[in-house]
Amino acid sequence: MRFVPHTEEERREMLRVIGVERIEDLFADVPEAYRFPPLNLPEPLTELEIRWELEALAEANIHTGQYACFLGAGAYRHFIPAVIDELLRRGEFYTAYTPYQPEVSQGTLQAMFEFQSMICALTGMEVANASHYDGSSALAEAVLMALRLTRGERPKVLMFPTIHPEYRAVVHTYVQHLDVRLEGESGWTLHQLRQPLLLLEELEAHLDAETAALVIPYPDFLGRVLPPSRLRETADRVHQAGALLIAVVNPIALALFEPPGNWGADIVVGEGQPLGIPLSFGGPYLGIMATRMAFVRQLPGRIVGETVDLEGRRGYVLTLSTREQHIRREKATSNITTNVGLMALAAAIYLSVMGRHGLRQVASLCYHKAHYLAERIASLSGYEVWREHPFFHEFVVRTPRPVAEINRILYEGYQILGGYDLGQADPELAGHMLLCATEMNTREELDALVEALGEIGPAREG
Amino acid sequence: MPEPLIFEYSVPGRRGVEMPEPDVPEAPFPEGFLREDLPLPEVSEVDVVRHFLRLSQMNYGVDKGFYPLGSCTMKYNPKINEEMARLPGFAQLHPYQDPETVQGALALMYHLQEFLKEIGGFAAVSLQPAAGSQGELAGILMIRAYHRDRGEGKKRIKMLIPDSAHGTNPASSAMAGLRVVNIPSDRRGNIDLEALRRECDETVAGLMITNPNTLGLFDENLMEAIELVHRCGGLIYGDGANMNALMGICKPGEMGFDVMHYNLHKTFSTPHGGGGPGAGPVGASERLAPYLPGPIVAIDRERTVRPDEPVYTLVWPERSIGRVRAFHGHFGVFVRAYTYIRMHGPRLREVSEAAVLNANYLLARLRGIYPVPYDRLCKHEFVIMGKVPGTPVRALDISKRLMDYGFHPPTNYFPLIVPEALMIEPTETESKATLDAFAEAMRRIAEEARSDPQRVQQAPHTTPVRRLDEARAARQLILRYVPTSEPRPTLAQA
Ligand SMILES: Cc1ncc(COP(=O)(O)O)c(C=O)c1O
Repeated sequence: MRFVPHTEEERREMLRVIGVERIEDLFADVPEAYRFPPLNLPEPLTELEIRWELEALAEANIHTGQYACFLGAGAYRHFIPAVIDELLRRGEFYTAYTPYQPEVSQGTLQAMFEFQSMICALTGMEVANASHYDGSSALAEAVLMALRLTRGERPKVLMFPTIHPEYRAVVHTYVQHLDVRLEGESGWTLHQLRQPLLLLEELEAHLDAETAALVIPYPDFLGRVLPPSRLRETADRVHQAGALLIAVVNPIALALFEPPGNWGADIVVGEGQPLGIPLSFGGPYLGIMATRMAFVRQLPGRIVGETVDLEGRRGYVLTLSTREQHIRREKATSNITTNVGLMALAAAIYLSVMGRHGLRQVASLCYHKAHYLAERIASLSGYEVWREHPFFHEFVVRTPRPVAEINRILYEGYQILGGYDLGQADPELAGHMLLCATEMNTREELDALVEALGEIGPAREG
Repeated sequence: MPEPLIFEYSVPGRRGVEMPEPDVPEAPFPEGFLREDLPLPEVSEVDVVRHFLRLSQMNYGVDKGFYPLGSCTMKYNPKINEEMARLPGFAQLHPYQDPETVQGALALMYHLQEFLKEIGGFAAVSLQPAAGSQGELAGILMIRAYHRDRGEGKKRIKMLIPDSAHGTNPASSAMAGLRVVNIPSDRRGNIDLEALRRECDETVAGLMITNPNTLGLFDENLMEAIELVHRCGGLIYGDGANMNALMGICKPGEMGFDVMHYNLHKTFSTPHGGGGPGAGPVGASERLAPYLPGPIVAIDRERTVRPDEPVYTLVWPERSIGRVRAFHGHFGVFVRAYTYIRMHGPRLREVSEAAVLNANYLLARLRGIYPVPYDRLCKHEFVIMGKVPGTPVRALDISKRLMDYGFHPPTNYFPLIVPEALMIEPTETESKATLDAFAEAMRRIAEEARSDPQRVQQAPHTTPVRRLDEARAARQLILRYVPTSEPRPTLAQA
């Protein structure tokens, strides 16, 4: 049996020591009617055979290394330096459990402390946890945290309408049986959606004594970045109303733009996947969560802190565990236990090896390529690009034909994976495509997309 | 020598990875948007490699040795899993690609759903949840939605949870807005049926059962407990953390569990990663299947032309509780679990048998050295008391001393119903020789406790750091690196 080392003789000896005759005797306490059901699974494969099978399954996909890819919408293709996987594959890292025993887990603990420090540096916040599942569940937890911080006396949460639609969906799932009202997200016209500053004003007008938090995306799902100076005013208004400001961020964008800590956010969450983590069809990714020191006792998840050992040497431990489920049970800040530690390690290695210079370079490349692409598409007839607001590496294009149709032609005729069909997120946005460019898209790819879109153009008559 | 923080290697102007120059004209940045500083480390690639490699050497993993951490199923993580998850045809897929371009990935997810259904005896499975705890939340939300649809949502607000349960069970219930009612265990470590009966009324949403329970025991009252709760209209949630004892042994779905999460990072050999990622798929009975979190993978009947060439697509269960995360779940973890299940097939039963054999063997070796609070046949794990009568030595001391003998400690102080609990889960991938060596270390520690208790109480002696001052960590709250030039933020200042 693969991965079970016992010989027949050892098995017999072990049974003898236990004092039973047969292995089946160990299951005498299982109700007989249900004991040893058939397992109708395909017959076992050897390592060589499973490799064949999985290689065939993998080859049945078209991947982003084969076709030029302009999809973003919350999952981004970035350059991943070779050192990351080399280090992640250290068995001491990836075959360890959550570091409950600090004396034999200093590697994980120190790396998490460094990760927390880097997330604080990026977001401009004072404290970060050691990761949450992904950006969307981190947002849901941030909303719950804001409800606790306002002592459950404020049932309303204002959600900016252009937060990632799946993040909004996750927040809905989490609060569906709680006394919470999510407002502001939907019912906007195309015209309004096109004016983020107007949306911001509208949401601010709904701040009141019932409001626990306002959630702002930065950049938003449509790629746009709100002016930090304007967000500073928002923060003031939110705080005057006694509410909290939650920001949902893209960490790569924070290499360029004023971090939310500087404009007054109270809780910052985001998807850390762009920090050296492969697309992997949507997961595992990395939830980022940071806040102010004053709120640390309501921050969910693992937190690593510095301390000393018996001999006065610096060391690291999981701390503030009185927030957590294993101590507080139903009174815990969250149920989270296993997080995504290895992904946080990947991000820590990524941020170390890119450093302040490399990360800026990546962010700038994304910015320049997306702007180049936007400008070129804007010059095509039949296409309209939303360019009136600053954007990072994604932007909206109104297309002359249904987005799905264009994507199909791009895929079949040009070996291009086109943009995200925004009609899926909001019917108001039907006929609009969200395009993303990163440092991975060469100029040739950008030009090829522009050319293809030009050729596709409006649907021909008849 | 403690390893410096990566920040402490930083030298202004030093660079790691260089990116290419832009191959497009540069666009101007908007005014008033840019940040001034970006206080990340400035280090070379060599610095990074050596730093993290040294950190790894301060860690203990299954690849290094025996890791009998109870409830965590720290079995060997096959290396083939890692390679398969990294195939470009998997690792480089964007989650929003058209289903037509990701048929291989969807097929893998579909089959994994089917395998898990078969192993657990459930009608349907959703792979969405990111870990066991999120699976619990999803399952409890499903239970709530089910009651709501029967007009009983407001009434059924009580979740019954045995006192031996993991802390996530009450925490997940509270997150779903339920009131937690503790059910005591009886003298044999089973759910106390009398206490359960007293709570069974029309306000019960459900009962959360971990079986085998956290004492490692198959609950002898299981069928009665399920029956009692079903009769009062409640549903049964299964905490599947302990499925490693049950593959091919019995199917929770057939026994009356309505919904259960699996931990792919326990039972199905995906590595724990020093704290994740895991994956916590949920299985559901017929009546709860429509409520599963979505999306899930199904065969696209319309587009399938030939039955032997099914076309797969993402669909939403009819009355889904919604999404619990963006995209389709921890796909990279699914590839590993799929690989593992395919390498075992029906012989997964032998995995569970060997896990139970190993646990009972080790229990037999330790009996007589340490007190065993609930001494009967165990399943994949067992709980002893970390006490040596007549000595001041505690479970924690024994755990720490085990490190000096080259072993990872068991789980301490859980379940809460056993004082000085040491919860030991050997898993099936350990040899008799390893178990013997561990038992021998445990015996010697018990001896040391009598002859030289201080040595045990001050352990570990051989690890990169000695015992750490946790109280101090919680008091001073240094939670990030701050350059010495800056003041450290403290709670008082905040
Ligand atoms: C019995 C039990 N239930 C639930 C959980 C939670 O699972 P996870 O850590 O995957 O969230 C665990 C493990 O941590 C467990 O041991």
